Amino acid sequence: MIKFFLMVNKQGQTRLSKYYDNVDINKRAALEADVVKGCLSRRKDECSFVEYKDYKLVYRQYAGLYIVVGITDTENELSIYELMHNFVEVLDKYFSRVSELDIMFNLDKVHIILDEMILNGHVVETNKSRILAPLLVLDKMAES
Amino acid sequence: MSDVVEKTLTALPALLSFDSQPGAGKLSSSTKLATLIRSITELTSKHEEEKLIQRELAAIKEQVSSPNTTMRQMREAMVRSVYCEMLGYEADCSYIHAIKLAQQGTGLDKRVGYLAVSLFLNENHELLLLLVNTVLKDLQSTNLVEVCMALTVVSQMFPKDMIPAILPLVEDKLTHPKEMIRRKAVLALYKFSLVAPTQVQHIHGKFRKALCDKDPGVMAASLHIYLQMIQESPEGYRDLAGSFVTILRQVVGGKLPVDFNYHNVPAPWLQIQLLRILALLGKDDQSTSELMYDVLDESLRRAEMNHNITYAILFECVKAIYTIHPRADLLEKAAKCIGNFVLSPKINLKYLGLKALTYVVQQDANLALQHQMTIIECLDHTDLIIKRETLELLFRITNSHNVRVIVEKMLGFLKGCHDDYTTIDLLAKVAELAEKYAPDNCWFIETMNSVLSLGSALMPQDIPSNFLRLLAEGSDSEEDDRQLRMYAVQSYVSVLKTKPANLPQQYLQVISWVLGEYSHLIEDLGPSLVIDLLARQLDQPKLTSDSRSWVLSAMAKLSAGASLGAEGAGCVQRVTQQYSSSLDTPLRQQALELQLLSQDAELHDRVLPHGAPWASLEVDSSLSFLDGFVSEALAKGAAPYKPPHQRQEELRQEKALSLEPYSLSLPLSLSSCSIADRHSPTLLSISSGLSGHSTELSHRAGSLRLDGVKRVWSRDGYLPQRQEPPPEEPSAPQDTGAPAPPLSPQEGGALTPSPAAEPSEEERDRQQLASSLFQGLSSSSDSTCLMGKPDPPPPQRFRKKRSTAPDSASSSSGSSHSTRDPSNHFLYGSLSEEGPASPLMLAQSSATPHTHHQHHPRAHSNGTHAQHDTLVNPPAATNGVSAEVGGHAEGPPPSLVTANDASSTPLREVGGWSSLMGGMEMVVPLCSQTPPPIDSGQSSAEEEDDEEDATSEPPTQPVPASVPLPVPVPVPTELNDLPVTSEPELSDLSSGLDTMVPPELRELPRSEVTPLGSDQRLCVRCCRLQREDAVILLLLLSSTSSSPSSSSSSSSASAAALLDICVELQCQQLKVASLRGNAIELLPSQGSSVCWYTLLMEEPHTQVTVSGSITYREEAGHTHTLHLSTKLSLVDFLRPLQLSTEEYGRLWLSISQDVKQNLQLAQPHQDPLRTSLTLLRDTLHLHIVDIIGSEGIVACQLLKGPMCLLHCRVHGEALAVWLRSEAPGLPDCLLYHCQRALQEH
Repeated sequence: MIKFFLMVNKQGQTRLSKYYDNVDINKRAALEADVVKGCLSRRKDECSFVEYKDYKLVYRQYAGLYIVVGITDTENELSIYELMHNFVEVLDKYFSRVSELDIMFNLDKVHIILDEMILNGHVVETNKSRILAPLLVLDKMAES
Repeated sequence: MSDVVEKTLTALPALLSFDSQPGAGKLSSSTKLATLIRSITELTSKHEEEKLIQRELAAIKEQVSSPNTTMRQMREAMVRSVYCEMLGYEADCSYIHAIKLAQQGTGLDKRVGYLAVSLFLNENHELLLLLVNTVLKDLQSTNLVEVCMALTVVSQMFPKDMIPAILPLVEDKLTHPKEMIRRKAVLALYKFSLVAPTQVQHIHGKFRKALCDKDPGVMAASLHIYLQMIQESPEGYRDLAGSFVTILRQVVGGKLPVDFNYHNVPAPWLQIQLLRILALLGKDDQSTSELMYDVLDESLRRAEMNHNITYAILFECVKAIYTIHPRADLLEKAAKCIGNFVLSPKINLKYLGLKALTYVVQQDANLALQHQMTIIECLDHTDLIIKRETLELLFRITNSHNVRVIVEKMLGFLKGCHDDYTTIDLLAKVAELAEKYAPDNCWFIETMNSVLSLGSALMPQDIPSNFLRLLAEGSDSEEDDRQLRMYAVQSYVSVLKTKPANLPQQYLQVISWVLGEYSHLIEDLGPSLVIDLLARQLDQPKLTSDSRSWVLSAMAKLSAGASLGAEGAGCVQRVTQQYSSSLDTPLRQQALELQLLSQDAELHDRVLPHGAPWASLEVDSSLSFLDGFVSEALAKGAAPYKPPHQRQEELRQEKALSLEPYSLSLPLSLSSCSIADRHSPTLLSISSGLSGHSTELSHRAGSLRLDGVKRVWSRDGYLPQRQEPPPEEPSAPQDTGAPAPPLSPQEGGALTPSPAAEPSEEERDRQQLASSLFQGLSSSSDSTCLMGKPDPPPPQRFRKKRSTAPDSASSSSGSSHSTRDPSNHFLYGSLSEEGPASPLMLAQSSATPHTHHQHHPRAHSNGTHAQHDTLVNPPAATNGVSAEVGGHAEGPPPSLVTANDASSTPLREVGGWSSLMGGMEMVVPLCSQTPPPIDSGQSSAEEEDDEEDATSEPPTQPVPASVPLPVPVPVPTELNDLPVTSEPELSDLSSGLDTMVPPELRELPRSEVTPLGSDQRLCVRCCRLQREDAVILLLLLSSTSSSPSSSSSSSSASAAALLDICVELQCQQLKVASLRGNAIELLPSQGSSVCWYTLLMEEPHTQVTVSGSITYREEAGHTHTLHLSTKLSLVDFLRPLQLSTEEYGRLWLSISQDVKQNLQLAQPHQDPLRTSLTLLRDTLHLHIVDIIGSEGIVACQLLKGPMCLLHCRVHGEALAVWLRSEAPGLPDCLLYHCQRALQEH
């Protein structure tokens, strides 16, 4: 099960955070700092999975942005690793060449996309066109 | 594709300058959001961030509360709030507006409103209730987008209590033409099934429909529900295995639309989900497993493409293959697959391979052997995560052959590890392995020393306490124990001699205890030296007072008068001087005690007898010598005792935040000895030497033990059965001064890797390491171990003593428990601590059986002692009985058909009902209703009417009884006999009762039949049936009205029939419910009928009186009332509680209230415990969980309600009983009955 989904930049600033368990807002910042410390310090040739407390972190770097996902031990690390990439591909399709700024300025839409893909900590949709369909309808409504 | 993305993102840093950026054009920089984002990116310090966000929050607050804000602006404000929350600042002013936005907005605005709600609130937030109406409205909207939004938010969070309000709407969506809506509806139902499984039970059929949906997305969504349900109970879904296999085959075969592909792999996440489901279904089920072999094989074959996602599928596939019922060729393929992973140069795959190996290796250790060299490489891998995973793998394959190497590797890792969580986890594992597989003393002690010194503050408390317990309890061989202890002493003396600064606290505590306890084993080690070493440790400034106290008590043990010498005495004096003015009260007390003990050798011998066998020490655990003191204190108004855990509990409730760790791994922790809770030597139990006045001390009989139940029934797996000691014990040092013993001959050569010996041949080292690591994994170790040779199983020395005779078991464990546990060794310091802790317990224990009634006012006010259980002859022998018996002799057994075939009157309904649903309760009111109107002519009806009457009677009424037939011959004679002898009549009756009792109740154990009341016309008797969840009170009504002259005449008999009988029972203390038959239209003369009630006792009562009345009408029209009353005892409501010893231990600890009482033994001379417990079991329906030595544990339950646990111990002439129960009154009530049972015996 997925516990949280984070996007942080190299400076350790959170760009997106979504928790699938209740984590008190006051503890989130500390947790994120820990997580970022654990992932950012790793070398390229080290493996993309890190232990953190009683769960695992899977991380993947895209230029200056890191995606870090906290999962339980029963989850398949590699499938999550690829899920992140699928997510980035969806963002790329929607924003056509996504950048960190796209994510920052469209935080709401990124969240909407994420909601389509992960619900309650489970992967519920990975089909790109289906993920984007509701958002595209909303965009069309806004235009007209 | 991914390359493109990465390139794009590489360009990002340049994008951060806003002005010259083409992309920034579309991000209008004039909005407040843009300003905020810009400011955020420019932040340089935490302080600035805080200022910025506070400003922003104020601005948001102003904006959202302004009436002029448009929806669009509101949406923007929400996104800004999301930013603030993301940075860790609560934006609670926006919560309500997010809900408003979801309600009032349209399109994207609405969606953002919902989004903000789902980000801001958690499932239990009360504001969420305000969302319900909006969701309801949107679910009914014609706009599909809005329906979609509502379903999305519902599947994220929704107030649990409001689910019924929207459930029908969501259910409707399952048949919606749009697959998107169907899919979301399924996901919403999945959420419901997670939070409120009972509410969606009725739609399981619809889940199946979703599984068969023509759209793959809907099907995939339903898999989440199935995975969840199958995890809970795989049995219920095995029939679906075929469907899941078919689906997987289609997915793997590429039958899905192309857009489900990810990098040309068809729906990989869907495949993974299906594989998980199949693994769960096939586990432990061969026939189901057989269904999936083919498709698993195909999955393995298809997933050959070189891409991460196919590896992810392969991993899941391998796991499934190893989970289900095994099949050779698949296992082989899976093993090969794991091999590819492990050998892969890609680090992520290597990790996955190790993880798979760890999973698999418990079933197939040979697989680890195949990859031993790779595993060795991974052990030295630079990546800590890989190392860690490898250690995890090694931990699983550890055995007595390779434990040295593996533990060495683990300790090596620990030394470089800075992560607390990992450290704790690994330390516990090392300690576990050391206890399980230690090859010899020296190794064991040294390993534990490493563990203790590495642990520092993080050390889980159970590691040192387990270790000390092991030392203290010892094994079967005394010599072994002696060697082990001697080695420990030597090792600690040398540790202290190095004058280490900052020993970890717990390590020092262990050292102090071992030295205090065992340093006398080594003769040439003078106590003055040890005292000196310990005293130096006291000077460490960072020592906690807890540790100081350990050190002081060790010194007290060592300071035995003369042997101390001048040097030691000086040292002791210095210490006592220093601490006798300490501000810390316990320390001050200990210092003074130390002073006294060191000066008075005789006192020392008495208080701390040297090396005496534990059994000779006695602990009066009930502290009965304090009885006087306590009752005096109570009389003066002192508060009664609360055990520490209860006090803690209360404290905890007050503070809400518990700082205490929950783990109760300490052997003594709870139970009635409050001592060990803080695990300090100051909190102590009482030695017999000091408690001379105790009444219970007269007897010895190895009975020294506390009541720590958990101790006697120690935790499972702590130490498995001791194996037969092997012929050759590894030689331990015989000479006390000798250094560490050499390795045992057969292990030394092959086992110890000596990397330093031949550094040039690195490869050979590795092979050597491999051979030592993988020893013993395979049965044919000759062929698989590179250099190993088969070894005989080494001695498993650190196994708990196997208890051969129950007596010895209890005495050994009991004794070590009370006197030997380090935390309770120092024998008298605790009085001041314990004093206030005992009043209540003592007050109760002082109550001897004959004064006991003071504790049970209720029992006595009820005037109990009498006959509630005894069989009393019926006051008047009744004709009805014989009539009834005669009727039974004739009548066929009652059939259910009669009960079920009619339902026209309430009475019949009742009958039908109860026989259909035996456990159902119906409420009493039936009897207060007016009985159904009866045609008055019915009673004098003709034969055909009688036929009908028979069917309309309750089913148990034997049909012929209502038909006034010429009675068979035997009956009249019986009639004559009956008044004379009532005994046989009753026994006859209870055998005849079988036919009267409704079939569903026949199997239940029942009491004898006792009369309840009677008058000239009606006789009522009762019988108690014990159902698991209730007591059923069966009332037998029999009409006795028949004038002697007309007894054989049919017309007059029917003329004397009773009409409209209405039974009413009540009891204030019980829940009374009528099951059936409390209203009877017609009871013919000499006929009989039954009605029964369920009685539930929710609050424990010693005894209760059930009273009631029966009203009936004579045919002539006179109405009569017959009053009834009967008593039921608590015993009727007790049920044995089947528990295992282990469960008992857990429950015992989970309940904090404790009641103690000394009872009289049933037979003081011959196996008193067993006799008494058996007696109690038979009379009170208790369950004896276990009897060990002179202690026994017993459990019972008040119907299906609160349970009560008893822990009994023979204590001289008395049976000491501790009771714990969730229900406060239950122990007292139960005690009363225990006492009576034993007395009456």
